[in-house]
Amino acid sequence: MKIRISDDAAALACGADAVAAAFADAGADVERVSSWGMHWLEPLVEIDGTGYGMVTPDQVESIMAGTALSIGRIEEHPFIAKQTRLTFARAGKTRPTSMDDYYASGGWLGLAKARAMGPDAVIETVLASGLRGRGGAGFPAGIKWRTVASADHEQKYIVCNADEGDSGTFADRMVMEGDPFMLIEGMAIAGYAVGASKAYVYIRSEYPHAIAKMEAAIKASAHLIAPFVAEVRVGAGAYVCGEETSLLNSLEGKRGEVRAKPPLPALEGLFGKPTIVNNVLTLAAVPWILANGGEAYAAFGMGRSKGTMPVQIAGNVKHGGLFEVAFGISLGELVNEIGGGTASGRPVRCVQVGGPLGAYIPPAQFDLPFDYEAFTAAGALIGHAGITVFDDTVDMAQMARFAMEFCAAESCGKCTPCRLGSTRGLETLDQIIAGKNVEKNLDLIADLSETMKFGSLCALGGFTPYPVMSAIKHFREDFVIGKNG
Amino acid sequence: MTNIADIIAEHQAREGPLLPILHDVQKAFGHISEDAMRAIAQALNLTRAEVYGVVSFYHDFRKDPETRAIVKLCRAEACKARGVEQLVPIAEAQARVKVETIYCLGLCSVGPAAMAGDQVFARLDQRRFTALLETI
Repeated sequence: MKIRISDDAAALACGADAVAAAFADAGADVERVSSWGMHWLEPLVEIDGTGYGMVTPDQVESIMAGTALSIGRIEEHPFIAKQTRLTFARAGKTRPTSMDDYYASGGWLGLAKARAMGPDAVIETVLASGLRGRGGAGFPAGIKWRTVASADHEQKYIVCNADEGDSGTFADRMVMEGDPFMLIEGMAIAGYAVGASKAYVYIRSEYPHAIAKMEAAIKASAHLIAPFVAEVRVGAGAYVCGEETSLLNSLEGKRGEVRAKPPLPALEGLFGKPTIVNNVLTLAAVPWILANGGEAYAAFGMGRSKGTMPVQIAGNVKHGGLFEVAFGISLGELVNEIGGGTASGRPVRCVQVGGPLGAYIPPAQFDLPFDYEAFTAAGALIGHAGITVFDDTVDMAQMARFAMEFCAAESCGKCTPCRLGSTRGLETLDQIIAGKNVEKNLDLIADLSETMKFGSLCALGGFTPYPVMSAIKHFREDFVIGKNG
Repeated sequence: MTNIADIIAEHQAREGPLLPILHDVQKAFGHISEDAMRAIAQALNLTRAEVYGVVSFYHDFRKDPETRAIVKLCRAEACKARGVEQLVPIAEAQARVKVETIYCLGLCSVGPAAMAGDQVFARLDQRRFTALLETI
């Protein structure tokens, strides 16, 4: 009897190893695969397509005897059936570091096609796909690639930003732990397209499992991507290193301080050389685009937001996990229908989309479509597409305070609005929470937010006002009454 | 036991060797001492201030040894939404384990989450977190 259990960090954290060991002890043939992304069901056990959720070792006997309650066929589960999985097509189905499984599921096809069509055609294909940077900024990937390709330099680099520090996001981790060859293939295609011979994957130190799997996969596939070379570099716990220029400084062995732009990293990036800095999800989308064509990818989505987005549903939500879907789906559908509302069963008070720098959005705005431009128009951002759900027990003054506290803790210190503004913001919010000069202090916060927004060098200081001001705008009662005051 | 000169020699020829060296020094010795910084600065032709600046910039690197076991507890938004703040008093009420706050382990759908070494823990409640602090 073949049993499939994920070995990604979410499954492990939920006890997958003990379950796998119990099945092995009972004589089953256990295969460790990637996660389906139905995290509320982890450890999820699959036998011939049928799933068993939240399995504990004492259920092994009844599952093997066929008497345990199943969730039915996993692929027919509404959470999976409603998705459009392009980047996560292999999720749950293959062994992450198995070259055989990757080949058998269409792996390396994109790289082969890229090499056959030539670098210019690869960039044209990526341009035609409409793929935009999935790290948060949403900059067209093809234009960045073209800039690097046209830069005249002997040494160019591909840098994969795998410093996924935003709370509420885990799609990069799932790619690296579940389908690492896909990311390597994406980097190799990028390197071929722009004439770069070397890639660095900068992975945060909080992801030891991703680091191990990427290193194993790079070793196993080195001969296929040669003369292109990929190497893992490990971060050291600084959130700001997810910002591309501080990431480059960190790779160079410096403090992760933000650089002023221009010069753009595309022209003067790592060690001053032309560099593509792309997020994991951006590069991971590339093999599919090359294998199936740019137009096929652009057929998904809406407006200028083409293709699919691996949305991460997190926080106080009943059905948390990874939901890849074409752009255009409404926020409400993601939170209430797909996510099933809160895990606590209480009403949803708000969601934060886009990590610690994203706006808090109340249910009144849940008809907002998942689209870069629609979110921007609503004063919000998609970011890395993490949705963190909160129930009605949340104190939004405390969440606004936390946004400032987080910015103060993680500021690189390079620019004044971020370095000082976050600390002053924290002190001022403490005054508000204590009920001191509330109206006057709220005006001060609004003023300070303007300064941070327009005066900061990067998104950390520049976007911290989003959660703060959206909390004040939509949940003013939490500040005025001073729940904790 | 590994010595600092070996660690430096292993990475010195790489592009941007400082962070890999610091990671390995901390792994081998538990912290990055004054002497280690001096040796690294010398080998990489940096000033001690530059090395110190890097060590002090990153949350991962510690300049002083820590003898207790370390548990990193995520207190970012998604874990807050799932009740991590209720676990904080438990951490504060004991001294056996050093509990450090970190922001995000990428386990945001199954929090509250924590990490000890390379081991990860999810769906922590007061009972399970107490047990973790007592057994780690």
